[in-house]
Amino acid sequence: MAYPTNYRYTREHEWIEAGSKTAQVGITDHAQDSLGDIVFVELPKVGDKVEKGKVFGSVESVKAVSDLYSPANGTVTAVNEELVSAPEKINQDAHAAWIMKIELSDPSELDSLLKAEEYEAYAKEETGH
Amino acid sequence: MADGLRKTALNPVHRLLGARMVDFGGWDMPVEYSGLIAEHMAVRTGVGLFDVSHMGDIQFRGPGSLEAVQQISMNDASRLQVGQAQYSAMLYPQGTFVDDVIVHKFSDNDYLFVINAGTREKDYNWVRSQASKFDCHVSDYSDFYTQLAIQGPKAQETLQKLTDVDLSGIKFYWFAWGTVCGLPNTLVARTGYTGEDGFEIYIPSDAATSERVWGEVIEAGREFGILPCGLGARNTLRLEAALSLYGHEISETINVFEAGLDRFCKLEKGPFVGSEALQKVQAAGGPERKLVGLEVIERGIARDGYKVMDGSGKEIGYVASGSPAPFLKKNIALAYVPRALAEPGTEVAVEIRTCPVKAKVVPLPFYKKPKKT
Repeated sequence: MAYPTNYRYTREHEWIEAGSKTAQVGITDHAQDSLGDIVFVELPKVGDKVEKGKVFGSVESVKAVSDLYSPANGTVTAVNEELVSAPEKINQDAHAAWIMKIELSDPSELDSLLKAEEYEAYAKEETGH
Repeated sequence: MADGLRKTALNPVHRLLGARMVDFGGWDMPVEYSGLIAEHMAVRTGVGLFDVSHMGDIQFRGPGSLEAVQQISMNDASRLQVGQAQYSAMLYPQGTFVDDVIVHKFSDNDYLFVINAGTREKDYNWVRSQASKFDCHVSDYSDFYTQLAIQGPKAQETLQKLTDVDLSGIKFYWFAWGTVCGLPNTLVARTGYTGEDGFEIYIPSDAATSERVWGEVIEAGREFGILPCGLGARNTLRLEAALSLYGHEISETINVFEAGLDRFCKLEKGPFVGSEALQKVQAAGGPERKLVGLEVIERGIARDGYKVMDGSGKEIGYVASGSPAPFLKKNIALAYVPRALAEPGTEVAVEIRTCPVKAKVVPLPFYKKPKKT
């Protein structure tokens, strides 16, 4: 699956929309593929402050738990409640299934994140093929 | 991938199928192919195929075989008829587990133990040391066989296409010899680790034969939607059926009564390794902790090693194995708790990532295969 070029990526496998003050955040296709069937998403609450590099929630597959790390500082303005009853949406289309929207404290923070082609190379290296 | 991992003969097939591979007890094994949930459901509703060649096979031969088997395993092998198998376990003198095993009786002087992968060397050394005083010869045949498990309500129909053995004549935990995929004298056992009907076959471990038979089973099962299944589904299937996994429900620090495997432990058969310690546990009124089934009531998934607490928040035990149950669509766990809190209906809490989440004790197994009609 292609990695959208209007997203920025973390080394912890989250994506964030770039170019607007309020940004959607999700996990990457590589992350959902590594986790396998996702059965549980722990969402933050609207109004929560999230910190760059800090845990804001978790996703769980049948096999494993994986923490979610915020790609930037900000405030949660919306969470994707649909994922509570249909967490498999992340497996089906990870780059559309956003988990939270945050109002960015400083949009320039995204400059330090990986671009699509950088993340793709990073993900490939991690799996070793 | 780290080097030094052992591989089954079917390793290239798993890789070709795009399986996600993991290090399982030193073995490079497939954890899932198409997806754990789909694989789990295939076994519950149709048929699935597992490569379980990493399991070990120890054979006892000679006039002292039964005596040796009786001494080092807790079930009563003298009750076995030729062609019958039983679930059993090897114990340490303190009544805790070396490993669980399936004992097959080939003849009066010939028995086979099928043992776990992660404990193969330990088991074999243990058997050799314990069996040395008996008039029998012990051999490790683990590397000679590719072991395939064909599991699910459509397992019989799938395998019947490939063998001259009348599978309908083999009862659960019995076995027969016959031609399978053109291979004469193949062991076909109605055993498995999924809580479902199914068979395990033992074929020569050369790559060409293993790959050919794997392919023929897949082809035979195609009309039933057969899926290759990995260790991920194997674990969730056995957990729904509340079957023990070494290192989780059973280990060298857990005894037979704690694990609730009393019915496979025949103290009345006479002394065997571990029996004295277990008699003492019995005389003392039973074990202090028991393995129970938990169903998580609130939102959350109990995982291996999580703490179990009572209503007041006091730590009382731990989760031995916990997972979402794909067929039951519940979050379930096997946990060790004090005997006083082992009654079904008892409310407890599981600490899930620092939060206490309500769970209740439920009867085991979580899943029982439907009776044949």
